[in-house]
Amino acid sequence: MPASGNQLARVSLLLIALALLCLPFADLAIYSVEPWTELSRMLSGVLRPDWSHWQILLQAIVQTVAFAILAVAASSIIGLLLALWFHHRIIRVFCASTRSVHELFWGLIFMQVFGLSPLTGLLAIMVPFSGVFARVYAEILERQSPLPGTTLPPTVDRLSRHAYTLLAQAWGELTSYTRYRFECALRSSTVLGFIGLPTLGFYLETAFKQGQYHEAAAMLLLFFGLIASIRFWLRPVLIPIFLLLAVWVLPESPTVDSGYFWQFISRDIWPGALLAGDLVGTVQWYGQQLVQVAVPAVWDTLVLSQVALLLTGVLALFCYGWASKPLVVKPVYLLGHVLLLVMRSTPEMVFAFVLLLLFGPSGLPAVIALALHNGGLIAYLLAAKSDQLQLREDAPKGLNLYLYELCPRLYSGFMALLLYRWEVIIRESAILGILGLTTLGFYIDSAFEDIRYDRALFLIVIAALLNIGVDSFARRLRRYCQLQSVAVS
Amino acid sequence: MLLSFSNHKLAYGSRIVLPNITLRINAGEKVALVGPSGAGKSTLLNALYHQVAEQAALCPQDYGLVGILSVYNNIYMGQLERHSALYNLWNLIRPIPSHRQLVANLAAELGLEGLLDRSVDSLSGGQRQRVALGRAMYRQQATFFGDEPVSSLDPLQGKLILQSVLSRHQTAVVALHNRHLALEVFDRVIGIKDGAIIIDCPVSELEPQQLEGFYAR
Repeated sequence: MPASGNQLARVSLLLIALALLCLPFADLAIYSVEPWTELSRMLSGVLRPDWSHWQILLQAIVQTVAFAILAVAASSIIGLLLALWFHHRIIRVFCASTRSVHELFWGLIFMQVFGLSPLTGLLAIMVPFSGVFARVYAEILERQSPLPGTTLPPTVDRLSRHAYTLLAQAWGELTSYTRYRFECALRSSTVLGFIGLPTLGFYLETAFKQGQYHEAAAMLLLFFGLIASIRFWLRPVLIPIFLLLAVWVLPESPTVDSGYFWQFISRDIWPGALLAGDLVGTVQWYGQQLVQVAVPAVWDTLVLSQVALLLTGVLALFCYGWASKPLVVKPVYLLGHVLLLVMRSTPEMVFAFVLLLLFGPSGLPAVIALALHNGGLIAYLLAAKSDQLQLREDAPKGLNLYLYELCPRLYSGFMALLLYRWEVIIRESAILGILGLTTLGFYIDSAFEDIRYDRALFLIVIAALLNIGVDSFARRLRRYCQLQSVAVS
Repeated sequence: MLLSFSNHKLAYGSRIVLPNITLRINAGEKVALVGPSGAGKSTLLNALYHQVAEQAALCPQDYGLVGILSVYNNIYMGQLERHSALYNLWNLIRPIPSHRQLVANLAAELGLEGLLDRSVDSLSGGQRQRVALGRAMYRQQATFFGDEPVSSLDPLQGKLILQSVLSRHQTAVVALHNRHLALEVFDRVIGIKDGAIIIDCPVSELEPQQLEGFYAR
C-alpha cells in the first residue's frame, strides 16, 4: 500500500506544473512608469485617513450592509428550501448554473432590465447566493445522522420531518455558515459599487480614481472594522430590526416596464440571425463568437487563474503560521490575525483596482489580488484549525513544529480548501476583466456597453460552463485525494 | 536523585487526582507505574516528565504521530531539536542518508523493516505503537517515560521491545497495565489507587499476591 500523502503530492505537483506551464503565456509586466511614487502616496493615505466626509462614509456603509443583509436573509431561506429537494437533478443543475455566474455579471444583466435600482443589487447577490446556500446546506444536512428520522412515522410531511431531525441537528453548522456567507455578501455588495450601485465600492472607485487616497483609506479601514466586528453587532435578536431598517434605507425602486423586460428576454439577448429564423446563420454567428472572442478570453482567464491558484497556495502556507497559536508568541499572533483579516476582507476587485494603479494594466495586479484575498482566507481557516490540533507534550518548536507537525497535519485540509477556491478564483479572474484585463469579464462588459446583449449572454454562458467544468474537475481531484467536503467554500 | 515530589497536589484538567504525593526516583532506577485505569498514572507520569523534559524521551498514550508523514520521518522527529530548521526541511524533501541508516536499524529492531516509506496512517495499531516507541528511542536520552508503550503488542514481543527500551535508557518510568511485565523487567514498582501511592517497593520484595489484590476491586 502506498503512502497516503502520495495522492496529495501528485495533485500538488500537477497544480504547480500547470501554473508553470501557464507562466510564459501570462502578461505579468509592470507598465506603470513610477509605481513607487504612487505607492508612497497610497501609504501616506493609509497612515492619515481622512474622516471629514463622514456623512458619505456612513451612507455608503449603511447601503452596503442593507444590500448584504436583505440578500442573505432571502437567499438563505430560498437556499434552505432548495436544499431539502437537492436530491432532484433538476434542482442541482439549476443551482449549479445560478452560482456559476458571478454577482457582477448578474448585476450587469439585471441592470439592463431594472436599471440602477436596489432590485438590481439585491437580485445580483440573491441569485448566485441561493445556489451556493442550497448546495452547502444540502452537504451539511447530508452529514447529519439519519437515525432520528427513522423513528418518525412515514406519514410525516417532508418539511416537519426535516425541521425536527436534520435541521435541528445541523442548526449550529447552518447558522455559522450563513454568518460566514454574510461576510461574503458584504464584499459582494461593496463590489457591486463598481458597476454603479450606491455601495462602498462606488465611493472607493471614485476616491481612488481621483487620487484621494486619504479618503479611500478611511473607507477601507471602516470596512475592515465592520467585518472584524460582525460577531459583536450581528446578534440573532437584532436581525429582524436590521432587516426592517435595511428595507427602510434602500432607495425606492422605480417601477419596472414589463414590456421592456419581455423584449429583453425574447429579442435583445438573441442574435439577429436566430430571430430571423436563419438557423445556418445562427450557427455561423455563434461559431464566429466562439473562435474570435470566447476562446481567447477563456484562455486568458485560465492562464491568469492557474498562476493565481499556485500563488494563493504558496501565500496561504506562508501566512497561516503567523496567526497560529502553537507556533508564535502572542503579539505576533495578534498581528498575524490583523494581517489575515485585511487580506481576507478586502475583495479581489479592490486589491486589483489598487494594484492596477500601481503596476499598470497587466495580469500582475489580477494574480496578486487573487492570491492576496484567497490566500488570506485559506490561511485564516488553517490558522484556526492549527489552534485546535492536539500536540504532544514534547512537540518541537518554531520552524520544526511548522514543518513536521502543523503543515503535514493541515495539508489535506489545505488541499481541500485550495481545490474549493479554484472555482472561485476562475470566477473572480473572469470578473476582473471589468477593470480592463483581457479576461472574460472584459468582453462581457464591453458587449453590454456596445448594447450587444446577444454576445454578452453567450459569453456569460461560456463563463458559467468554464466554472462548472473546473468545479467538477476539482471535485474529481478531491475525491482522488480522498478529501472530505469542508463546510466553507 | 533525579525526580521528586513532596506533599504535591496533581490535577488532571481541573479535577484533582492525586491530592498529596511524595515520591523520589533516583537515576538508574527502572520504575513500573501500575494501578487501575483512571487512577492517575498518566497524570503522575506527565508531571514527572515535565521535571526533566529537556533530557527525556516520551512515549505518550496517544502516540502523537503525524499520519501523513512516513515512518522514517515520524521516527526522525525524535531528533528535530538537535538540527537546524533548514537541515530538517531538507530532510523532509530528501531523507538524509546517515539518519536513514540509523532509523532503518532501529526500525528493524522494532520489527518495522520494509515499512520506512509507508505513511503512518496506513499502519495497524501495533505498528503505530512501535513507530511511537521508535521516535522516543531515537531521541537517545538518559531517561525514558512511557505511558502504556507496549499495550497494543503481543505479550512476548512487548516484553522484548520493552527490555530493549530499558537497556537503552539509564532511568525509566513506565505506566503499565500488565502486572506480569511489571514484575519481569522492572526493578521497582509504584502502585497508585484511590488518589494515593499504595505500593512502592523493589520488585524483589514484592509478593505477587500483593499486586493481585491491588487490581481486585
